[in-house]
Amino acid sequence: MTPTLGHFLTVGAMLFALAVIGIFLNRKNIIVLLMAIELMLLAVNMNFVAFSHYLGDMHGQVFVFFILTVAAAESAIGLAILVLLFRNKSNIDAQALDTLQG
Amino acid sequence: MDAKTGFFYLFSVVLLYAAFRVISARNPVHAVLYLILAFSQASGLWFLLQAEFLAIVLVLVYLGAVMVLFLFVVMMLDIDVEGMRQGFWKHFPLAATVGALIALEMAAVLMGGFRGVEEPKAVAAMVDAAGNPVPFSNAKALGALMYTRYLYPVEIAAVILLVAMIAAIALTLRSRKDSKAINPSKQIRVRAADRMQVVKMPATQKASETAPVEIAAEEKKA
Repeated sequence: MTPTLGHFLTVGAMLFALAVIGIFLNRKNIIVLLMAIELMLLAVNMNFVAFSHYLGDMHGQVFVFFILTVAAAESAIGLAILVLLFRNKSNIDAQALDTLQG
Repeated sequence: MDAKTGFFYLFSVVLLYAAFRVISARNPVHAVLYLILAFSQASGLWFLLQAEFLAIVLVLVYLGAVMVLFLFVVMMLDIDVEGMRQGFWKHFPLAATVGALIALEMAAVLMGGFRGVEEPKAVAAMVDAAGNPVPFSNAKALGALMYTRYLYPVEIAAVILLVAMIAAIALTLRSRKDSKAINPSKQIRVRAADRMQVVKMPATQKASETAPVEIAAEEKKA
């Protein structure tokens, strides 16, 4: 059964679901949360590329390019914040981030 | 089953397994390594979809830069793995239910709606003036689109990267209070007056009355 558009979209959906499960499970570990967000963006990009190929429209691939840019910026700033957090609290537990609570 | 189908299932299965290991790995370094595997498999899938430029960009930018950044940070931090794993399985039933629901519903809808969309027919090869076929270039088509219709968005993307770079530097930069580093420009702009102070003094001191007597006594003793 040759892969159709539905197959690629299903792979993207399963990847997205796995990333959602990862966010549920690793509530404490910020670095794995960042990785789960990267996986979600990868799933979205997969859908864009699949549609772009099967519908013969290059604009989808341009969008993937922009999403890659934003994802790179996001991970760079996220990791910088993570380093800052570790420097101030000497752990990266998301549950320890409650200093904004009244 | 042709080669493309086989590669599709191979890449997909390895991709999903790697994604599962990313979210369940005990050691964060292993999680990053599995994430690298996942991205490389996604790159393979994009090759199957004939998005060659983006597949290479994924390998170069993601595996080459972003994942190495992740690896650096993970290795730099001293992470308390056991503390992080506490309550890991507490929400697993809910998470698995939600995830399975998302995957099944989306798979049902997507397979129902898009299973019929077959591989597009090969477009007739373009012919140049001499009658030779011009091969289709994915990078060329993408570049033509990016630098004409999407010129302003590309520039905005460049500004976003600049902002991210400045933000990352500004967040993590700290100047040490006890640093003894010298400032070269300040050093070469120094003038003699800053370093040496000339104090005006009278040329000779008024000789005291007792001194000559003492000297004479010393000489007599010798």
